[in-house]
Amino acid sequence: MWPAPKTRREMLGGCLGLLGTQACGQGREQTGKPATAGQSAGPSRVVVAREPALRSGGSADSKRLAALLDRAMQAFFGVDKPVEAWRRVVRPGQVVGLKVNCLAGKGASTHPILAEIICERLQEAGIRARDILIWDRLSDDLESAGFRIATGRDRIRVMGNDLLGYEDELTTWGSAGSLLAKALTQISDAVINLPVLKDHGIVGVTLALKNLFGAVHNPNKYHPNAGDPYVADVYMLPPIRRKVRLAICDAIDGQYEGGPSYMPQWSWPFNGLLVARDPVALDRTGWQIIEEERARRGMKPLREVGREPRWIRTAARHGIGADDPNRIERIEV
Amino acid sequence: MGETLDRRTFLKAASTLPCLNALAADEARYIVEARYWEKLPYRRIKCTLCPRECVIDDRERGYCGVRENRGGVYYTLVYSRVCAANIDPIEKKPFFHVLPGTLSFSIATAGCNVNCKMCQNWDISQVRPEQVRSIYMPPREVAALARQNRCATISYTYTEPVIFYEYMVDTAEAARAAGVGNVVVTGGYVTSEPLEELSKRVDAVKVDLKAFSQKFYREVVNGELKPVLQTLVTLRKLGTWTEIVYLVVPTLNDGDQELRQLARWVKTELGPDVPLHFTRFHPQYLLKNLPVTPVKTLERAKAIADAEGLHYVYLGNVPGHPAENTWCPKCRRLLIEREGFFIRGLHLKQGRCPGCRQAIPGIWGRS
Repeated sequence: MWPAPKTRREMLGGCLGLLGTQACGQGREQTGKPATAGQSAGPSRVVVAREPALRSGGSADSKRLAALLDRAMQAFFGVDKPVEAWRRVVRPGQVVGLKVNCLAGKGASTHPILAEIICERLQEAGIRARDILIWDRLSDDLESAGFRIATGRDRIRVMGNDLLGYEDELTTWGSAGSLLAKALTQISDAVINLPVLKDHGIVGVTLALKNLFGAVHNPNKYHPNAGDPYVADVYMLPPIRRKVRLAICDAIDGQYEGGPSYMPQWSWPFNGLLVARDPVALDRTGWQIIEEERARRGMKPLREVGREPRWIRTAARHGIGADDPNRIERIEV
Repeated sequence: MGETLDRRTFLKAASTLPCLNALAADEARYIVEARYWEKLPYRRIKCTLCPRECVIDDRERGYCGVRENRGGVYYTLVYSRVCAANIDPIEKKPFFHVLPGTLSFSIATAGCNVNCKMCQNWDISQVRPEQVRSIYMPPREVAALARQNRCATISYTYTEPVIFYEYMVDTAEAARAAGVGNVVVTGGYVTSEPLEELSKRVDAVKVDLKAFSQKFYREVVNGELKPVLQTLVTLRKLGTWTEIVYLVVPTLNDGDQELRQLARWVKTELGPDVPLHFTRFHPQYLLKNLPVTPVKTLERAKAIADAEGLHYVYLGNVPGHPAENTWCPKCRRLLIEREGFFIRGLHLKQGRCPGCRQAIPGIWGRS
């Protein structure tokens, strides 16, 4: 039987996925270019995947979450099988870092179950367990979010920068000057960014771009002026641009006010995931989702409370990605 | 690149893990409740120690990186957590009118409430306490060590002592009880109430005035000029001996107009007797693209300040330059000869010029 003819969207999706594969395959040393889609690469795709029946007894059901992740990845890469999607992100033999976001403890951090499912998919794509590292700034933060610290060399490792350390030499770009985490510079060949969908009391929102604050030794220096241009400048640090391959935003729960700490009164079940290669497009989309929820709850937009995340625009100007909604292809699945 | 953990890193991590509980206990001794903060709703706090007034969520730290909100209570993480301790000549601070030729027991913890692009100690000032090696040195031990090593003073220096305020204040009290003086080397970015409390316990303050323009403070220092000027005025009102250092950075804060405005402001607001040190910049940290300050630029700065009527204008980081010396403003007699951080001749007689008996302001002996 002949395969059904592809729609234009499917064709484009396949092409974008292929481009992604090539960028990934060029390797870290050769390109020095962003692994994420830049402004010149056409529309930036963001998949917003939701599953109303995601939960079982209040928390995410692992099978349904795995199915949701598969659906999101297949839609993003335009492929039929999850493993094909993952092979476009990583290659066997690479060491893959999963940068989670655990500052807020349970409730407003990357869910361990999501990281676990991603680890399974990575292994199905040929990545050895010993070549997977789940990392964040502090081991304490990881533990408070429900991860168990693991340092054994023969299995998936879970460690904070406090154990793994930072480089001795500064890396600089624009307003940013930092010692980078060895988890990023020395251990990982490819990084998958796993932020959460939430409000931030100083910089407006914290999503894909800001999650890389966990890769520098001095994030406290980057919050003035509502994070602008610091969030964008930190993301421009060359090892971050080279190595971050994909962002999967944990939007099982969202928080529209009171972040980055967990505030259950301002949390809502979004029951979803956001997937993108372009962190600017992902952040622009996530910000929009948060604003929509704020509006539903009768709250003022972030701009009116002095917390508009202007650094998203700055990141677009830096060429990291697209913040113009007309240049973002939002796919709901 | 691409490899798994190297052996050294792995062993370090592995050896650390069993010790986590011990480390936690070790950490606990550095953590005490901070002073100068306010509770806000939802376990947030506002730090009021410095003009930045950081609003901090639970489990987050302020801009300084050493003060943390834990469950709605604000803590300093650097009490007795010393990352640098040295015995220095007091001229190194530099204080030129405070006990010349004496030693100062000099300490710092990690952290700073600004982020100067030309910071010479960024590897301790721009890191978090857990990212740098430290030793436990409680206040009474510092005082005892200072005394034991014949230091006339303890200097709170190298990073920004405002951020280890609680430790500094307690150490200053312990030092006084032990007959040791206290001097502070600061950027002056502090609010008035803690400053007034601090000034009761210390003998002298050296303020790094980084520039005389808000633009420089915003773009190079990541701070504000106005609160620093306010600190200088407050210190003057309180009668705390103050000296000013102005690091002259080529092209960024070395214009004639800016230097003249600075000198005029010092004379008008603080008086002509406040020592003003113009020091030489060396490229480092985030300002590596600029040259070392030419000596001629420093001499120009001094000429401008002299012409505006300041009595004690010095040059720093130019060992052997005649402008390291103290001269009588009345009869131009040489009073203190210096070479770098060392005293080559001390000709003052009970704080006066031996020639014309002009009183020279400063702290010349322990009362």
